[in-house]
Amino acid sequence: MIDSLNSAQIAALFALTPAIDQVGIHERIGRIQTRSIKGTAKLQGLRMALSMIDLTTLEGKDTLGKVRQLCFKAQHLHDQATGLPTVAAVCVYPTMVAEAKKALVSSNIKVASVSTAFPAGQAPFEVKKLDTLYAVDNGADEIDMVISRGRFLAGDYQFVYDEIAAIKALCGQARLKVIFETGELDTLDQIRKMSDLAIAAGADFIKTSTGKIQPAATFPVVLTMLGAIKDHFDKTGQMIGMKPAGGISSAKLALQHLLLVKEVLGEAWLTNEWYRFGASSLANDLLLQYQKQVTGKYQSATYFSID
Amino acid sequence: MEILKTYKLYIGGQFPRTESGRTYPVRGANGNHVANACLGSRKDVRNAVQAARKAQSAWAVRSGFNRSQILYRIAEILEDRKAQFVSELISMGSSTADAQNEVQSSIDRCVYYAGWSDKYQALLSSVNPVATPHFNFSVPEAMGVVGVVSCQRTGLIGLISQILPVILGGNTIVVIANSDQPLGAISFAEVLATSDVPGGVVNILTGQIAELLPTLAGHMDVNALSLAYIDADLLKAAQEVAIDNLKRCSVYAEDFTLQTSQGLAFISTFQEIKTTWHPIEQLSGGGSGY
Repeated sequence: MIDSLNSAQIAALFALTPAIDQVGIHERIGRIQTRSIKGTAKLQGLRMALSMIDLTTLEGKDTLGKVRQLCFKAQHLHDQATGLPTVAAVCVYPTMVAEAKKALVSSNIKVASVSTAFPAGQAPFEVKKLDTLYAVDNGADEIDMVISRGRFLAGDYQFVYDEIAAIKALCGQARLKVIFETGELDTLDQIRKMSDLAIAAGADFIKTSTGKIQPAATFPVVLTMLGAIKDHFDKTGQMIGMKPAGGISSAKLALQHLLLVKEVLGEAWLTNEWYRFGASSLANDLLLQYQKQVTGKYQSATYFSID
Repeated sequence: MEILKTYKLYIGGQFPRTESGRTYPVRGANGNHVANACLGSRKDVRNAVQAARKAQSAWAVRSGFNRSQILYRIAEILEDRKAQFVSELISMGSSTADAQNEVQSSIDRCVYYAGWSDKYQALLSSVNPVATPHFNFSVPEAMGVVGVVSCQRTGLIGLISQILPVILGGNTIVVIANSDQPLGAISFAEVLATSDVPGGVVNILTGQIAELLPTLAGHMDVNALSLAYIDADLLKAAQEVAIDNLKRCSVYAEDFTLQTSQGLAFISTFQEIKTTWHPIEQLSGGGSGY
């Protein structure tokens, strides 16, 4: 287990956190957004994006039936099309993990569970630990925890750090994704700070948002977080995964995100081991664009399974 | 100094320039350069269909009465801007008398179709006698997104005659305007934008039919086509690509200025009939067939 940090150590950690050049970030994003990917590169990109999806259902009205349907979709994205991958994982609430594991038993698709009183994270620490243990015991391959945003904004970095480190210790073999809920962190500097804190506390992945709050995975936010991953890699040689979630619902956006990660981190991150999209409706748009590319005709959602 | 209007497209309630950035000159009767219009591209078609699809379900669930009020509002705004439409038609080659007649007929047609909005359902519906214990009834439902190539002989009345009966039935549409006389179509879009017609219900593109129609006709998310006065080869090609999702293609060659070019048939063509079998308790001792 990673040891707790005292305030001096936290100060030392943040001393290495650079200030974010917001204007520079926006300019770089602007260039990414004017690029267009066509032909075979587009097909490859669409397939890659599909293979990186954490197909997600996180609603109060979720049922076991809905989860089974989602797991079926995860394995059969569009059977009429050949050469399609499956998604990387399905992402559900802890109570749905056992059902999802059962439904995906014959596939390589991982089951990710949100945890620590998702989405608000406003629960006692003991409850958060139980929440995580429940998911892990039911077979979750990945844990998506939320941070205590209130504590972070109040400057209680030590609390946030300890919480992440403690949850990481409970995960065992499961990989830990740390959700910042960037829409509540307000500034890019805060987001960079949180990235450095989460990485130091043992996050395997850093993830932008819960999907419940807007704005979510915007380009400036993602670029800021990728910068933290890059700096950490340059310093230690250790790779950290990235998962933008919320608001990426079109194939065009997904491809631009892939461009960004390739430019900032390099091709090593272009696999679902290190990069994920948290999404529900993105899969269908990728499929529509894929079929458009194959058939030459613009497609209709009518002919694709519901998401 | 005179300020000239930039004629743009009408997509999703906005007036964007064409994605392609191209324009083409619109010429008047004597060949003079009247204005530039956007030379739309297939990506504009894609964007327009997307906007139309997004708007369709919300438009279809509005009450017929509400759609009626909105159509009547179109007539009111058109009346208000009569002079502008007359002068636009004249600039594109109409005589003064023809232009005045066309605009007046257009306003009349709006009022005419406004009246139909909450009445066609009753005429197209039926309760059907069946031999089983079911209450069996049929009702019209909007087809969805309709692609329109508007009349290539008129600048306004044909456009209106093809748009209104389609949208009043809960469909949303993507229109390719008259290529030679597109100005009236874009000015009409301004009327729509200020008549409480929700964005995306009507989308209007300008450009070359030969370039835009194949994409529109082949688009899997377009449910029907309304084509007026188009070249035989283009029509054949459009019908061929329309097969994949069984689009209903309606081909018009009428004089839309005439009063005979309006009526229930223009509405019912863009409706599907849904029949429902509702189980009921076995009624004792015969009698009613439903």
